[in-house]
Amino acid sequence: MKPNTEYTRRDWDSHPPYIVPDYKSTLLRGPKKPLIPIPHSLSELTGPVFGHDKVGPLDHDLTKNGVQNGDPLGERIIVTGRVLDEAGRSVPHTLVELWQANAAGRYVHRWDQHNAPLDPNFFGGGRTVTDAEGRYRFITIKPGAYPWGNHHNAWRPNHIHFSLFGPSFVTRLVTQMYFPGDPLLEYDPIYQGIPEISRSRLISRFSLDVTEPMQALGYEFDIVLRGPRATPVDED
Amino acid sequence: MPKQTPSQTVGPYFAYGLTPQPYGRPGIADGRIVNETVPGERIIVTGQVIDGAGKPVIDSMIEIWQADAQGRYAHPADGREAVFHGFGRTGTDETGTFRIETVKPGRVTGSDAKPQAPHLNVTVFARGMPNHAYTRIYFSDESAANETDTVLGLVDRDRRGTLIAARQETAGGPVYRFDINLQGDNETVFFDP
Repeated sequence: MKPNTEYTRRDWDSHPPYIVPDYKSTLLRGPKKPLIPIPHSLSELTGPVFGHDKVGPLDHDLTKNGVQNGDPLGERIIVTGRVLDEAGRSVPHTLVELWQANAAGRYVHRWDQHNAPLDPNFFGGGRTVTDAEGRYRFITIKPGAYPWGNHHNAWRPNHIHFSLFGPSFVTRLVTQMYFPGDPLLEYDPIYQGIPEISRSRLISRFSLDVTEPMQALGYEFDIVLRGPRATPVDED
Repeated sequence: MPKQTPSQTVGPYFAYGLTPQPYGRPGIADGRIVNETVPGERIIVTGQVIDGAGKPVIDSMIEIWQADAQGRYAHPADGREAVFHGFGRTGTDETGTFRIETVKPGRVTGSDAKPQAPHLNVTVFARGMPNHAYTRIYFSDESAANETDTVLGLVDRDRRGTLIAARQETAGGPVYRFDINLQGDNETVFFDP
């Protein structure tokens, strides 16, 4: 494979800024000095490649991968989509990691003190690798909303965290998927910190085609990573 | 054409998803990038992630991507056979400290065909960071190579020090100290690659 000469740059019209004043913990954590653009060498054009050896047989099925003595509680859902680049090409064989709260809005994380119940049969973490067409598919439980301390009566909308690598170190992306029609989106400073033009890209689509009768509702969520810059290089 | 999917913070509870080993689950990587068989100089890189108030960031994660001791990346775009995978991932502990065990990388050719100084490529993730941040770790004992490095040359001289890990010889081998200051007078240089 011929190395790309460059990837496209982070599109700051699409991403939130580092400091979103209404999202309070950004105030002391977001870098303030200007970022320095750098050219793309092999250090940027390469990145970790993960194979199926990192993915266990139940890792994509969160309704099964945490079971101790029964099925997890909550609404079963299927979350599926394609990982693409900005030219619309699929990103095959790339690792997709995911984590989320349980149906009651409680995370397994040891620091989560929310007084909603843990579910002994739900862990909330999973991973998979996209297929040759860039498709991924998870089976899980619809996560609950949960309160947080950002401001009075702050609640995070239902969401699933996604982590992706893509083909290089510069295509790395961590994001959150939301659900259509969630009334909390309007009040969530993390979601509202995204430029208005690009926010809706994080809202999954309900799909009756993906929905399995008598089994689980289906949601589609496509993810677009930075792609190779479309400058053909003369082989001669 | 589709547009880039916006980034969002990892939030406070990423650990059981991304660094799940303490939860009894296998992770895709940890802070130990090398095993015993990988050739090269064994080094430890450690430091704290610090916020704009000078407080340690106890819920952050860093990832490392690096070349092997011969300057080869384990990736098709490199085309040579690297001797190891070269990826590490670790959370910061209750003192905001991370620790990486690896080998010192070799020199990698730059975009201008000049050899770059040895470096680790770093991404920083945390609650309160809507986007991850990119930086590089260079090495204090490579001053000649650092002086001619193209990327370091893009950084104001008075800020370059934030990118250079200080080498200390210890009984356990060389340890490099590299703190990541998210803000402040000594804010680490972050890149937009």
